[in-house]
Amino acid sequence: MSDPLLLRQGAEELAAPFPPLLAEAEHLATTVLLGEHGRRRPGQGDDFWQFRPALPFDESRSIDWRRSGRADGAFVREKEWQIAQSVILWVDQAASMSFTSLKSGETKARRARLLGLAAAVLLIRGGERVGMTGLRLPPRAGEGQLARIAALLSEDEPADYGAPDAGGMLPHSRALFVSDFLGDLAPVEAALTRAADRGVRGALLQVLDPQEEAFPFDGRTIFESMTGSLRHETLKAGELRDRYLVRLAERKDWLAALAATTGWQFSAHHTGDSAAAALLWLYGALERRG
Amino acid sequence: MWMLGPIGFAAPWLLLGLVVLPLLWLILKAVPPAPIRRRFPGVALLLGLTDSETQTDRTPWWLLLLRILAVALVILGFAGPVLNPQAETGGSGPLLVLTDGSWADARDWERRADRIEAALDEAGRLGRPVALVALTDLPPDGGATFQAADAAAARLPALQPEAWAPDADAVTAWAETLEGGFDTLWLSDGLARPWREPLLGALEARGAVTVFESPRPVRALRPARFEEGEVRLTALRAVTGSAAEADVAAIGLDPAGAERQLARETVAWDSGEDAAEVAFDLPPELRNRITRFELSGIRSAGAVTLADDALQRREVALIAGGAEPEGLELLDPLHYLREALEPTADVLEGDLNDLLLANPDVLVFADVATLADTEAVAVREWVEAGGMLLRFAGPRLAASDVSRTEESPLLPVRLRAGGRSIGGAMSWGEPKTLAPFAEDSPFFGLPLPDDVVVNAQVMAQPDPSLAARVIAQLADGTPLVTRKPLGDGQVVLFHVTANAEWSSLPLSGLFVDMLERLAVSTRPPQLTEAELAGTTWAPEEVLTAFGRIEEADTLPGVTGERLAAGGPGPDMPPGLYAGDDRRIAVNVLDAEATLAPMEWPARVPVVGLEVLRETVLKGWVLAAALALLLADVLASLALSGRLRGPRAAPAALALTLALAAAPDAPRAQDAPPPDPAADALALEATQEVVLAHVLTGNRQVDDTAEAGLRGLSDVLYRRTSIEPAAPLGVDLETDELAFFPLLYWPVTEDQPIPSADAYARLNRYLRSGGMILFDTRDADLAGFGSSSPEGRKLQALARGLDIPPLEPLPADHVLTRTFYLLQDFPGRHAGREIWVEAAPPGAEQVEGMPFRDLNDGVTPVVIGGNDWAAAWATDEAGNRLFPVGRGMTGERQREMAYRFGVNLVMHVLTGNYKSDQVHVPALLDRLGQ
Repeated sequence: MSDPLLLRQGAEELAAPFPPLLAEAEHLATTVLLGEHGRRRPGQGDDFWQFRPALPFDESRSIDWRRSGRADGAFVREKEWQIAQSVILWVDQAASMSFTSLKSGETKARRARLLGLAAAVLLIRGGERVGMTGLRLPPRAGEGQLARIAALLSEDEPADYGAPDAGGMLPHSRALFVSDFLGDLAPVEAALTRAADRGVRGALLQVLDPQEEAFPFDGRTIFESMTGSLRHETLKAGELRDRYLVRLAERKDWLAALAATTGWQFSAHHTGDSAAAALLWLYGALERRG
Repeated sequence: MWMLGPIGFAAPWLLLGLVVLPLLWLILKAVPPAPIRRRFPGVALLLGLTDSETQTDRTPWWLLLLRILAVALVILGFAGPVLNPQAETGGSGPLLVLTDGSWADARDWERRADRIEAALDEAGRLGRPVALVALTDLPPDGGATFQAADAAAARLPALQPEAWAPDADAVTAWAETLEGGFDTLWLSDGLARPWREPLLGALEARGAVTVFESPRPVRALRPARFEEGEVRLTALRAVTGSAAEADVAAIGLDPAGAERQLARETVAWDSGEDAAEVAFDLPPELRNRITRFELSGIRSAGAVTLADDALQRREVALIAGGAEPEGLELLDPLHYLREALEPTADVLEGDLNDLLLANPDVLVFADVATLADTEAVAVREWVEAGGMLLRFAGPRLAASDVSRTEESPLLPVRLRAGGRSIGGAMSWGEPKTLAPFAEDSPFFGLPLPDDVVVNAQVMAQPDPSLAARVIAQLADGTPLVTRKPLGDGQVVLFHVTANAEWSSLPLSGLFVDMLERLAVSTRPPQLTEAELAGTTWAPEEVLTAFGRIEEADTLPGVTGERLAAGGPGPDMPPGLYAGDDRRIAVNVLDAEATLAPMEWPARVPVVGLEVLRETVLKGWVLAAALALLLADVLASLALSGRLRGPRAAPAALALTLALAAAPDAPRAQDAPPPDPAADALALEATQEVVLAHVLTGNRQVDDTAEAGLRGLSDVLYRRTSIEPAAPLGVDLETDELAFFPLLYWPVTEDQPIPSADAYARLNRYLRSGGMILFDTRDADLAGFGSSSPEGRKLQALARGLDIPPLEPLPADHVLTRTFYLLQDFPGRHAGREIWVEAAPPGAEQVEGMPFRDLNDGVTPVVIGGNDWAAAWATDEAGNRLFPVGRGMTGERQREMAYRFGVNLVMHVLTGNYKSDQVHVPALLDRLGQ
């Protein structure tokens, strides 16, 4: 691995999808109108928000005398709250995400990265700070952060199923988890409860392949996970369909319940569907006022 | 070979392989179908799920059965199954292979030869000596020569059937010369023959007799005969089973001299009947060409019957001089000729030129004196080409100057003026009788009736050549019938009339005989024995046993006695025999022949040729196994889920390709389908009167033209009895123009010049009465002939058209009065003259007539520039689209434009009807007001 040529080649391969991913994410992000942007609440900032009657705890230097001069009472000029929000991004990069049954070759991982990066583009354009979970990339604002996020998103994990890392979350920040959630659910639960403890709200987006939703298999089949570490043999795959679908529905229900209890949003998205719809949902979910 | 019912096996030990089938059953039952490996992230959800049915790992019983069956078929196939394997007959001692060798054998001679070969092979294997004898070709020294089988096999190719049946006497005599003991294999033709019983007895005295007979029906034709204007044939069959049909073809030479089928009829035997009749009703031209009739599809001499002169009827053309008086049939110069000829010849009557075209065998002139020069030349050419001109004298010939001073080529002798009457009230002497015919006369031998007398005749000038030309004379030595050769043909003159006016000859039977001797009428079909006695007939064509015609140059002649005896044999093969002046056909069957199947005694084993066919089943069995294996592939895929779900499509596709057993047979090239668009246009254009305009490619001009014609059509509908449908635009390059009475052609500067094809169509359209109205639409800008762009374009366009000389529309042109009386023809622009076909140069106005009697037809073109379409144009609701002029004057101009349009369409549809002088008074009346 120390061969510089191999390293260079790996880096090139890694970087290859990077500009198109960013460009595509930006293209996707332009489909969302930035209409609901802004905090819509008083706070620190530059822009005028509203005048309100002065209350006893207001300092006298905060009274806007020009406005107060036109009326009997004293008024305080409030500015719009413009403290940037921090959003932590986790996109599952495990092997299970590289599955696709589509003719276009659109893998779950590609769709998840696209959605994650597009959300990041939107958020950064909105002035928020976006980072990655764990301590890989602390939240920062600015276009330069997008390039770093994209670079990190382009990496793959060797594990079969990914698990979110709840570390590095700032209190009261926002979070976005994109995964197929087909692996062990305990880390997800742990991450969400920990986030809830810190007052972090966010959105869970489950990205699934249409085949995972339909299970169109029949006959004697050996199912293997993407790395081959898990396998299951059946003699009549068609017999398993109903039970598989029940399990999948249970998992979704569990995720939705977990999200509800922790104040998160949950939605499922299929790679066969339009990415713009999912991005719109993501944007709405992240903009929800806590 | 091991036999199982009718199936034998070439390699029966392979059938032991069937024992392993139960083993295979067990193995297949134990092994479940192979699993598919699939990568699937959702496997995490599947962990712990168990299959509810534990039996599904077994292959289903029906699939097992399919496979076992396929394997069993493979084993059976390689064991070499044969249906009806040829059984060995065994036997020992000498073997006589006897075949009839008659025409009835020819039909399936190859299979008989195969059978003989098989018998010879078998005899060779068994070491039996073999004698090979055909009853139509008996050994000259009698008996049967037994020799080694391979020596006999060498003679097999020389063994051929003959076109006649074995001779009864010869067969019986041969049977008596047989010696020693031998078995007999008798390949019979299946027909009953009188000599079969004695021969069978003689053979059975020598050893066992096995008879082989083909189950194929024997069919044959009796000779054709001519009855009641039809050629009739009787088709015979030996086995009278159920109803059957066959085709009879009449074959002959076509006008080009090539042999081909001239007619075909179907003959149908009723069930139980052995004879069926078929009639050919053919025109004489065709009938005379027939050389033979054949039962189609049967290669046998019996299925062919040759046609000879008896079928051919001569065509005789009769022409009488002068008008025929109605109602005086007995005085008609042709009456007796007709009566004499009609039973035996085809009589044609009509105009000389027409008759010569029909190329008759004989041309009869009854008292025709002079011919037009061209007719005389035509008749002479016809005679020189082999025709026979038969002339009868009469008052006209006697009164004419024909052949007076020098001999006319169409008369055999010079004639004296006036002829002579004998035995009349004002003349001396008795009516003359005929002198006996000289030996060199074609009439020699005909009996002279006493009552034939001649009252008047035309007289021949004494000439040196006269004596040689007389073939019949009166008792006083004056010629009655003279003849001279002319080219390949001849000219014969009867010096009397063809009716009973001058002589009683036409009333007698002698007249008919004389005509027959002159080969004017057809002879009776059969010659009597007496007539044949002493003659020799040379075979021209002979018939082989297979029904083929062969030249017979090398065969010796046949005496008339032999011919009269009938019955073809080695000395007289069936065929066509030529005598001096006629040909006689000797056919395999005579007119009374019948066919009957041979009834063999029950003790004689009769074997058909059919059952000896071996059928090798290996290919079929293996193909069935392959089909089963393919079905197994499909079923296995379906069971293992590979036919549905992901990745099923390529598998299904591959299977479909594999199962596509045979590509479609190449289809015959279809005829190009009729163009539905062209048909639709034709229908639309012909169901009603439709005005049409030429599509110029300029959208605005085309729309205006269509709107204009629509407006004109509306006006026509309201005011006249012409009720046009909606106008059509025509593309000169593709559309047929013939349907449209009028073509409005707005000339634009930029339209393309039509192609040569389009010009051909346009010219055809103009010649067949169509009219084109050229409109340059530039009358406001240019005078005619001045160089407006449209004018130049018009010149370019019209260059390829077949347009007569033009002139400015004269004041008395029929266009000025076909419906309305008009003198100017404005459109949207007014005042420019329009051009039509010029009047013929000689047309002069008659005093008192308002107009000249001008040319007949419709002017093919009308050329102007007044932009009529714009003046006529209306939209669908009838609103005018373009303004014309100003105010009431403008409306008046538009009205005049419509009137011009009405006159134009009327002119196209009624032609010069209004030029007819009948209308003059009414028109004068109108013009006078």
